[in-house]
Amino acid sequence: MSRIPATFWRLAAASRKALIPFITAGDPEPGLTVGLMHALVAGGADIIELGVPFSDPMADGPTIQRASERALAYGVSLHIVLGMVREFRKQDDVTPVVLMGYANPIEAYGAEAFVADAVAAGVDGVLVVDYPPEECAGFAAQMKGAGLDPIFLLAPTSTAARFAEVAQMGSGYIYYVSLKGVTGAANLDLDAVAQRIPAIREKVGMPVGVGFGIRDGAAAARIAAVADAVVIGSRIIEEIENSPRDQAAVRVTAFLRGIRNAMDGGNP
Amino acid sequence: MQTPENSYCLPDARGHFGKYGGIFVAETLIPALEELRLAYEAAKADAAFRAEFEYDLKYYVGRPSPIYHAKRWSGLLGGAQIYLKREDLNHTGAHKVNNCIGQALLARRMGKKRVIAETGAGMHGVATATVAARYGMECVVYMGAEDIRRQAANVYRMKLLGATVVPVESGSKTLKDALNEAMRDWVTNVADTFYIIGTVAGPHPYPMMVRDFQSVIGAECKIQMPELVGRQPDAVIACVGGGSNAMGIFYDYIPLAGVRLIGVEAAGLGIDSGKHAASITAGTPGVLHGNRTYLLQDKNGQIIETHSVSAGLDYPGVGPEHAWLHDSGRAEYVTVDDEEALQAFRDLCHVEGIIPALESSHAIAYAAKLAPTLAKDQVLLVNLSGRGDKDMHTVAERSGIQF
Repeated sequence: MSRIPATFWRLAAASRKALIPFITAGDPEPGLTVGLMHALVAGGADIIELGVPFSDPMADGPTIQRASERALAYGVSLHIVLGMVREFRKQDDVTPVVLMGYANPIEAYGAEAFVADAVAAGVDGVLVVDYPPEECAGFAAQMKGAGLDPIFLLAPTSTAARFAEVAQMGSGYIYYVSLKGVTGAANLDLDAVAQRIPAIREKVGMPVGVGFGIRDGAAAARIAAVADAVVIGSRIIEEIENSPRDQAAVRVTAFLRGIRNAMDGGNP
Repeated sequence: MQTPENSYCLPDARGHFGKYGGIFVAETLIPALEELRLAYEAAKADAAFRAEFEYDLKYYVGRPSPIYHAKRWSGLLGGAQIYLKREDLNHTGAHKVNNCIGQALLARRMGKKRVIAETGAGMHGVATATVAARYGMECVVYMGAEDIRRQAANVYRMKLLGATVVPVESGSKTLKDALNEAMRDWVTNVADTFYIIGTVAGPHPYPMMVRDFQSVIGAECKIQMPELVGRQPDAVIACVGGGSNAMGIFYDYIPLAGVRLIGVEAAGLGIDSGKHAASITAGTPGVLHGNRTYLLQDKNGQIIETHSVSAGLDYPGVGPEHAWLHDSGRAEYVTVDDEEALQAFRDLCHVEGIIPALESSHAIAYAAKLAPTLAKDQVLLVNLSGRGDKDMHTVAERSGIQF
């Protein structure tokens, strides 16, 4: 079993919600990624979503696309990303790591080899943005068989029938896309999300994380009140982009601490 | 449209052509694609919709397009007879408009008031802007910044037609990046926006729907060829970027086993140079832009930047049905490089008084290679998918001429 269920049990016992930051592996340069992952944990991350860079990130906004382009300029491949996870595991065997990316790098790697190598590296879950359930039944079964959680997306446009399908094929948690749009968008409607989450939680029978467009402590606190996890990506990438490289880790820890405090009921 | 005697019945219900095609998109778009599929199936079964489509093809586009016997050129080549399907004579100057009318009518039927499109050479953008004006819809076209530079005249045409042209600065700044950006727009504005994809790629139902709308090309040929030469051609030749003009002319010929189907990919500066756009010839299967197909990618699964003198072929993937036709052996895929295409462009200008698009020049160049190897009673049907007015700038520049 992956590290994800235990993480949610522990949080539930403490009446806390999970904070899931996203960074792109290899951004702003490959040598900083493992340090940034530890910095995220120091800032209060419960699970880390590690983006696998792809040349054509169709579901991402400009911020994460730029991060992908910076990483690809260093030739960061899926092999290299798995190496980063192995490195991270030398000091942290508790925090779950979820790889998030697109289908093609995984297919080029070979799905079977990828599953085996991901488990060996210490990966806990995989979210493939352009693998909806109808296109990846075999891959999801392979992952589950190896102890990896296939994480699926649900969206504001998803039908009730879809909830059941995703619940059956996925495990770990469900990633609810909080808006119609790409990552980092500015049109988040918190009321609409808050209204939708309870029904989804009931239907899917596993923790529900919410992401896309959450940019500050107030929004994170609001989401944490209804969901099981808050995912923040683009805003952290911006923090990394705007920091001198030797200060990126410190700044990311400080930023995340602010979000964590807001979610735990402190001042945002 | 598929006819009853047509035994070929791909894709399957989920959009698969063998292992190719499918629906590889983020969850947000799944319901929109389902809505589109249902709307398209209902429209296809509705005689009134088909009549409306056919009316506009006849009176607005000017169909059927003629087939022209390039007698002088065939004589000079000294082999098979070459016939040209004149899609260049369509309103807006290329085959693209057939599909745009179909999709715009569907958009109107679905109550969508805003249409978006991606474009490479600008022909699909112009065709979309044209039909958006015709049906009174708002139109936004995404175009790579590099393509905007190469195709300035088409950019101005789109603006004249009332469209907003959005330059795409990400990635390689060409067609694939414009497609990414159009997908992002669609996912954000999915409730009121219809995405008019210009080629037989993208998630299901697009490859099927675009093929169906373009299949009017081959359906006409199947009637016209017996009238002209008393029989069907020995080979049908078309250029392949995404592959919509090729699927359009191939489709009705798939069940006729005696007719060779030849798709011509862009070899750019040569396959060995790595600077080309020949996805089937030099690519491997993968997932991009919502479907599984042949892609030009590196060993890590990153998409490679392509090159062709013709912007319309400059795409690292190919429609999934072509991938299937290749694997099944029903169609052959060959390549023609920049220089060969430019030579064919000049030859057709000089010998037949027809200025072809650089895209179509690839098909013409291959016909010119094949014809001399065949007997004089053999018949080659080439899809002259567009006219070359838009390429004046590119061709002149290569001869050192500035306007």
